[in-house]
Amino acid sequence: MRVMVFVKATEDSEKGISPTAETMKLFEAMGRFNEELSNAGVLLAGDGLKPSSQAKRVAFDGPGRTVIDGPFAETRELVAGYWLWEVKNMDEAVAWVKRCPNPMLGPSEIEIRPLYEMADLQEFLTPEAAEINDPTRRKLSRA
Amino acid sequence: MTAGETHQAIEAIFRIERARLIAGLARVVRNVDRAEELAQDALVVALSEWPKTGVPANPGAWLMTAAKRRAIDAIRRDRMRERKHEEIARELDDASEDAAEAIEAAMDDDLGDELLGLIFTACHPILSPDARAALTLRVIGGLTTDEIARAFLTSEATIAQRIVRAKRTIGKAGLTFEAPRGPERAARLPSVLEVIYLIFNEGYAATAGDDLVRPSLCLEARRLGRMLAGLMPEDAEVVGLLALMEIQASRLNARIGPDGALLTLNEQNRARWDQLMIRRGLDALARAEALGGKGPYALQAALAACHARARSAADTDWPRIAALYDRLRVVSPSPVIDLNRAVAHSMAFGPEAGLRLIDEIADAAALRNYAPLPAARGDFLFRAGRSAEARSEFQAAASLTRNARERAFLLARADACG
Repeated sequence: MRVMVFVKATEDSEKGISPTAETMKLFEAMGRFNEELSNAGVLLAGDGLKPSSQAKRVAFDGPGRTVIDGPFAETRELVAGYWLWEVKNMDEAVAWVKRCPNPMLGPSEIEIRPLYEMADLQEFLTPEAAEINDPTRRKLSRA
Repeated sequence: MTAGETHQAIEAIFRIERARLIAGLARVVRNVDRAEELAQDALVVALSEWPKTGVPANPGAWLMTAAKRRAIDAIRRDRMRERKHEEIARELDDASEDAAEAIEAAMDDDLGDELLGLIFTACHPILSPDARAALTLRVIGGLTTDEIARAFLTSEATIAQRIVRAKRTIGKAGLTFEAPRGPERAARLPSVLEVIYLIFNEGYAATAGDDLVRPSLCLEARRLGRMLAGLMPEDAEVVGLLALMEIQASRLNARIGPDGALLTLNEQNRARWDQLMIRRGLDALARAEALGGKGPYALQAALAACHARARSAADTDWPRIAALYDRLRVVSPSPVIDLNRAVAHSMAFGPEAGLRLIDEIADAAALRNYAPLPAARGDFLFRAGRSAEARSEFQAAASLTRNARERAFLLARADACG
């Protein structure tokens, strides 16, 4: 199964990357962790996100589209970085996250969200919608 | 955290550590079975202790120590059983101390090398490719025999036996579980890569069963490929194989059409190609080429990359593909590669170029009843304006194929020749 792993923002991360010796150590440790993830075949993707001061939001309401510029106030709800991992189950995801070095200088949080896979959507998708989205499940037609 | 949850967490940690643990133990006890048992024993100890003490900071090292202790205890116990007298018992203590020291010394060695050693041993050429695949998936991949059996559409009993026999063969051959070096490593690497690619292909173009593709096998093969690339990052073919698998796997979602048949590259909806995998594959290819990239896997990866980079079939860089086939046929001669080369040349330089090359291989025994050969020639003749000859080639191809959908397609092409 795949999971998306978010590093939540902090006030520090919202200020951007500061090139101090401490933050460089964080980077190095994180780099080593990413290598471990890669060598174990777990890592699919990952990146750091710039602070919300450089972000934009688009609000949807019916036909309405409104662009809102960052920064955004709710630091705790913001995402500072993400990974996409391939793991056997949530226990393995948690085990890997626990091995992660501190992503921030102070206290911080990492969130793990499993992705919807086709099997999860089967129940409420119409057969046509399901087929369009997941051709690999189709059986060979006996020709 | 309830006891049940903690057990799950501990087993998840064990799963992460298992292959390296077995690798380290196998190096010392020289026996895969024994290594697996010792690893399992360590898990049992962890399951009873960690709920009380908490998970240690370095779980891998903890498990290795626990397993090591049991290995030493077992050696002492075995020797105690063999001899009875006190003087001999004194000798015993020395001997078992030596054994204990040897184990300690061996286990302090570089862990990376041990995992590589286990991979090379599980993929040893004295085993058949099927045996290598089953053993690798079990011992390195950590799949259960049931999972492996389901993946290869055989019974669990068959896989279990295959693995038992493989271990016995390894034992009889007295293999050391050490990673080979230098020329021996270069000589044995192909059999490792062959196993990983065999597993991948079984998932990519499943040869049996109802499902045309089995993505979980591709997943496992790519994971093994990534592990190997982590252990041997300087080897162009290791990185090349990884690139090839990532790029091919990117097409899994596009390979099956609405009527349930496999679609060719031309027919696939490229919007369904996984761009994340393509990017990883291209990155790996760049590394392989920086390391030399002249071997068959790196070249096949480069070929796959040509298609991956083309947003539509019309954007395909055929001259580049033709040049790559020119090189591939030298390092990996095969009539099928020659046929693909002829197709590439015809796309790049016109149908006459294709006809010239295809005539060179027309008599190859291996291609005698191979439908794609007359199909390709038919296509070249059609494009060269030689419709009557094209028609008979398409008809010949249609009679050779066992696939009804393909037959219909070829007969339609024959009709279009007027």
